[in-house]
Amino acid sequence: MNLRSLPVFSRRAFAVAGLAAAAALVGCGKKEPAPAATAPAPAPSAPAPSPEPLKVAWVYIGPVGDAGWTYAHDLGRKAVEAEFGDKVKTTFVEKVLYADGERVIRDLASQGNKLIFATSFGYMDAMLKVAGEFPDVKFEHATGYKTAPNLRVYDARFYHDAYVSGIIAGSMTKTNTLGFVGSFPIPEVLRNINAFTMGAQSVNPKIRTRVVWVSSWFDPEKESAAAQELINKGADVLLQNTDSTAVLQTAEKNGKYAFGWDSDMSSYAPKAHLASNIVDWGPYYRKSVKEVLDGTWKGEQRTIWGKPEGANDVIKMSEAIPEAARQKAQQALDAIKAGTLEPFTGPVVDNTGKERLPKDEKATQEWKDKVDFFVKGVEGKVPAGK
Amino acid sequence: MNETALLINTALASGTTLALAALGLLVNERAGVLNLGAEGMMLVAAVAGFAAALTTGSDTLGFLAAAAAGAALAALFAGLVIFLNTNQYATGLALSLFGYGLSAFLGVSMVGKSLSPRQTYEVPGLSDLPFVGPALFSHHPMVYVAIALAVAIAWFLYRTRAGLLLRAMGENPEPAHALGYPVRLIRLGAVCVGGALCGLAGAYVSLVTAPLWVEGLTAGRGWIALALTVFATWRPARVLLGAYLFGGVTVLQLSLQAQGVAISSHLLTMLPYLATIVVLVLISRNPAFIRLNMPASLGKPFRPGS
Repeated sequence: MNLRSLPVFSRRAFAVAGLAAAAALVGCGKKEPAPAATAPAPAPSAPAPSPEPLKVAWVYIGPVGDAGWTYAHDLGRKAVEAEFGDKVKTTFVEKVLYADGERVIRDLASQGNKLIFATSFGYMDAMLKVAGEFPDVKFEHATGYKTAPNLRVYDARFYHDAYVSGIIAGSMTKTNTLGFVGSFPIPEVLRNINAFTMGAQSVNPKIRTRVVWVSSWFDPEKESAAAQELINKGADVLLQNTDSTAVLQTAEKNGKYAFGWDSDMSSYAPKAHLASNIVDWGPYYRKSVKEVLDGTWKGEQRTIWGKPEGANDVIKMSEAIPEAARQKAQQALDAIKAGTLEPFTGPVVDNTGKERLPKDEKATQEWKDKVDFFVKGVEGKVPAGK
Repeated sequence: MNETALLINTALASGTTLALAALGLLVNERAGVLNLGAEGMMLVAAVAGFAAALTTGSDTLGFLAAAAAGAALAALFAGLVIFLNTNQYATGLALSLFGYGLSAFLGVSMVGKSLSPRQTYEVPGLSDLPFVGPALFSHHPMVYVAIALAVAIAWFLYRTRAGLLLRAMGENPEPAHALGYPVRLIRLGAVCVGGALCGLAGAYVSLVTAPLWVEGLTAGRGWIALALTVFATWRPARVLLGAYLFGGVTVLQLSLQAQGVAISSHLLTMLPYLATIVVLVLISRNPAFIRLNMPASLGKPFRPGS
């Protein structure tokens, strides 16, 4: 999810045009009354702490209506509102370009927000800089790796979902060929391809996975063409690491199977939908806000939550999945949740035959951060210049 | 063999978006008006078409609504550049940005909605033929509409008096004005036709290829269509060829990847652009031919009586 930017030209230009207004009207997306209190900020130098509600702000890369990445973060924001009610006051700014990140984050800090979440990789340096200027404001950055005394990072483990989906896919395929529509060959996406394949191989050793890169997080027409090509080449169960529902709908049209990604996509393809791989940022956001309210929040940390912490899940498993396979998937899900199953446990062999992780060894976070290969069973080579 | 047929099928289907939009832009550019707002018109039309198809359940009504929405935006643009003589480049860019924002705003409630199950189309009698059946005769009707439009536009431009008049608007409108032709009204009509076809292209994405609505759905196809008209030297047949070539190479590179061919996907991603530009530049490399076909008054405002 890290490169979740690469907007098409028009989006970039539009956001530039609209940003001045958007930044001035921070808070207009909120439902609570009296947003005017936040807008003009006559005394922008951080107001003194008071028993007022804790002001928390989110910076989004996309629109909250993207049905994917930003939508999921906004559900997390709503979960914070639901949990803390009057004790917090939330704000968000959507469609913030990386180039504008610093100004928007600084605006939010100077308007008295005491906790600020930025939800895309590219805000990393902007956040670090603003964090230095506002030592009494807490900053949280999704998917990054730079921290400070008042800045920490958080992420989710999508490969937990991908592994369980792999088990389902491996049980459903008739051609022993799976298809994956990838965005960019970065470690996160490669982890998901590998976990998907390894999950499938755990129930069906003959599995091959074909990968098509579309070089975009979001291009429904191209995603759809990629899915069609994978199906034409014999893949009958597809997973995607892109943002739209196009792959799922293409599978539906062809009478094949696919999964939802990032959010519940079951309604888009009643027959093709096998399960949805979701991310729930709510638990982490609630924890973070609670720590700030309690005064226990600490910077310099990296938190990566997955299935055990309730951040990732595979939901809405289809009736089409045979009972035995569904049980296997559920068992894997439970084992991951209990911490007894780590999808990346050796031996992990790449598709050139080289051992990447010795037998029975569990992958460290450092290992996972540097995945740059396909596991055995995935066809083709990882594009160079990852 | 069968795979090749399926490849051709996907190539035609994905080239149709560009073909529809670029043919529309060709018409209004032939009349001397450059509308850089293609992307904005496509987006607004895509959401309008999606909303119409969603509420009425009819794709036909969806396409009609999209064409109307595209034409309406184009008329707005025409009003500004033709009658108020605003700068065509700046106004077109503004229309693109405006259309992006407007479509996002109108589409908020459409995100996450899905249309009734899409049907497959087959030309009776022909779709059962080996190879050519699956390659050429199992398409959405819009694919054939695009081809018919290319033929119709070529015939109109080069074989009819009205077409000659339209081209005169793009070459040198003063004589036509002196002869009493309503230059500005003819240009208005051409721009609206351009908008309507861009509208069909937008709805083709939101109703057929995607089929869904999300913000920024067309992902820059409008800009590619604009470039295509230039590289195709404003000739309908070449526009069609360029669109299919672009669609074909896009699909081909995805197909190569699906086969596990070890070529950098970054390189492959460039291929459609490179191949389309190279081919169209080669067939149109004669400078005299370019001069002959480029509307001489493209982008220039016309002030009657000045």
